[in-house]
Amino acid sequence: MSASQQPEGFAFTEANLKLAKKNIAKYPEGKQASAVKALLDLAQRQMHAQTGSMWLPRAAMDEVARILGMAPIRVYEVGTFYGMFKLKPTGKHHLQVCTTTPCWLRGSDAVLAACRHAAGNVPDGEVSEDGMFSVEEVECLGACANAPVLWVGDNFHEDMDGPATEELLEALKRGEEVKPGSAIGRQGSAPEGGPTSLTELPPRETIPLAPLPAPAQE
Amino acid sequence: MALQDKDRIFTNLYGLQDWQLAGARARGDWSTTPQIIAQGRDWIIDQVKASGLRGRGGAGFPTGLKWSFMPKKSDGRPSYLVVNADESEPGTCKDREIMRHDPHKLVEGCLIAGFAMGAVAAYIYIRGEFIEPYHRLQHAIDEAYEAGLIGKNASGTGYDFDVFLSRGAGAYICGEETALIESLEGKKGMPRLKPPFPAAVGLYGCPTTVNNVESIAVVPEILRRGAAWFAGFGREKNSGTKIFSISGHVNKPCNVEEAMSIPLRELIERHAGGVRGGWDNLLCVIPGGSSTPLLPKHICDDVLMDFDALREHKSGLGTAAVIVMDKSTDVIKAIARLAKFYKLESCGQCTPCREGMGWQWRMMERMAEGRAEIEEIDVLENVTRRIEGHTICALADGGVWPVQGLIRHFRPLMEERIRQYKQRHAAPLPMAAE
Repeated sequence: MSASQQPEGFAFTEANLKLAKKNIAKYPEGKQASAVKALLDLAQRQMHAQTGSMWLPRAAMDEVARILGMAPIRVYEVGTFYGMFKLKPTGKHHLQVCTTTPCWLRGSDAVLAACRHAAGNVPDGEVSEDGMFSVEEVECLGACANAPVLWVGDNFHEDMDGPATEELLEALKRGEEVKPGSAIGRQGSAPEGGPTSLTELPPRETIPLAPLPAPAQE
Repeated sequence: MALQDKDRIFTNLYGLQDWQLAGARARGDWSTTPQIIAQGRDWIIDQVKASGLRGRGGAGFPTGLKWSFMPKKSDGRPSYLVVNADESEPGTCKDREIMRHDPHKLVEGCLIAGFAMGAVAAYIYIRGEFIEPYHRLQHAIDEAYEAGLIGKNASGTGYDFDVFLSRGAGAYICGEETALIESLEGKKGMPRLKPPFPAAVGLYGCPTTVNNVESIAVVPEILRRGAAWFAGFGREKNSGTKIFSISGHVNKPCNVEEAMSIPLRELIERHAGGVRGGWDNLLCVIPGGSSTPLLPKHICDDVLMDFDALREHKSGLGTAAVIVMDKSTDVIKAIARLAKFYKLESCGQCTPCREGMGWQWRMMERMAEGRAEIEEIDVLENVTRRIEGHTICALADGGVWPVQGLIRHFRPLMEERIRQYKQRHAAPLPMAAE
């Protein structure tokens, strides 16, 4: 955390405070610490909305600690342990490229190179000069049948290659809405060209169900 | 014979139909939930046992047996079902599809499984990166509450049951059940020592069972169609249907639900368009997610995809995530990348893992270059054996197995690389000076 970038304070907006309470309410009384990751995520998103950069300043962690009645160190532990919390500013679009073996086998090197190029080849984790992009290699994103995967904002971009990545990043630069999912038009994780199963689904009512015995007596 | 569509559980795996409540009902979800619950806890557990269902998250522990470890009577503490939706094992991408395309199967499964183990609530822990599946699943939960299917007097059964969705924030280790519980409590995801096991002391110190998404999502359909129906697929002790994730060097990567014990070659050729360049272009396959040791082509030729067949070849079914590598692959580099994964994902709690995963990765990087001594292959193998089994959780075991598999099957290639490097560089190296 570079000190110069750290804001003095942090306060949740009314709307986010409401969402925070909704998250706290999921857990039993006295167990509100369970909501810490949800609140840190909200804080990061608020930073993105307010400053154009998704990250978690120390003041936000302190505020989350105050709201949840946790010692600040416990919140810092969580903030530094989990990869999704960014402790320094990211670009407007933080480009997270999966390079774990299943993505690597299908060409994630080219996706990563295109991302780095778009960010002006600043070191990974740094923000490009125009503030637009930052790049990070991430571990398996759990969409391996649609590899390689590029994660931007709330969306996975799947079945990517170098040119598709360049096109996507150009569109982001122009401020356009981009379509998430498969870059080659696949339906979810069905095989390219159409499913090899679920093509002859019988009507549900023709599926034989096992008879249930008489209900158990209490 | 391949599995027929009439016997597939995840009939909206690809999201071609409505994923919301109306669509789910049309697929048969929630249709006989109250009648199933009326059979009582013991009946449900017996049926799940009889179906032969083994946990779909990697370890393959019998699901019904796991549930039976939960206390029959509360000592005042509530019991919890925790669903592990922290899908992060490289190669594995099935739970994502269940949660975004068939979320009601999971929600209904939570109620039935939760009832069977006497739980007051289910916490579904979904990995933070799964943002679309999170919103879909939350929507399905909201729909289920609104329709009275869960919540107070769930589905009119008189049983009160809540379902909550909780997001992770990017840590593979949270897929380990006790790390997941720690994380759910708002801490760093560091595994707990066992015993006590979660069934005695789990979430908030209360009895807890942690199950994988797929294990829970198949339960309602098993109970509707009968344990014998499910047990009818696959070989003995390996029963059921299973979602296979096929990635890497195949013509058409995909997820597909198939019968257990399907031959690996048939799985790849029938559903994934075959190996890129044809079957003879196959180098090796990681059969069950990154932790399972790779199998060279000659084993892949006729191996069956189930727990026991893969174990006979010193590998495992794991999550049934098939990672295919063709002959163009630098397999040493591919495994070195997995070594890096485990290094980055080690939580740092146990010394053999914290230090060992980094050491192993650095060694593997040198092996990929060939910048090593041939004897160091033995040193590497030896050290992996000293790491294995000496840590609180199985992350380090899963981290050394891929390297052991590489040495077992591709040692000549590793030696050849070292010799080639030596030909290019004259000066000898200090041994194992990591």
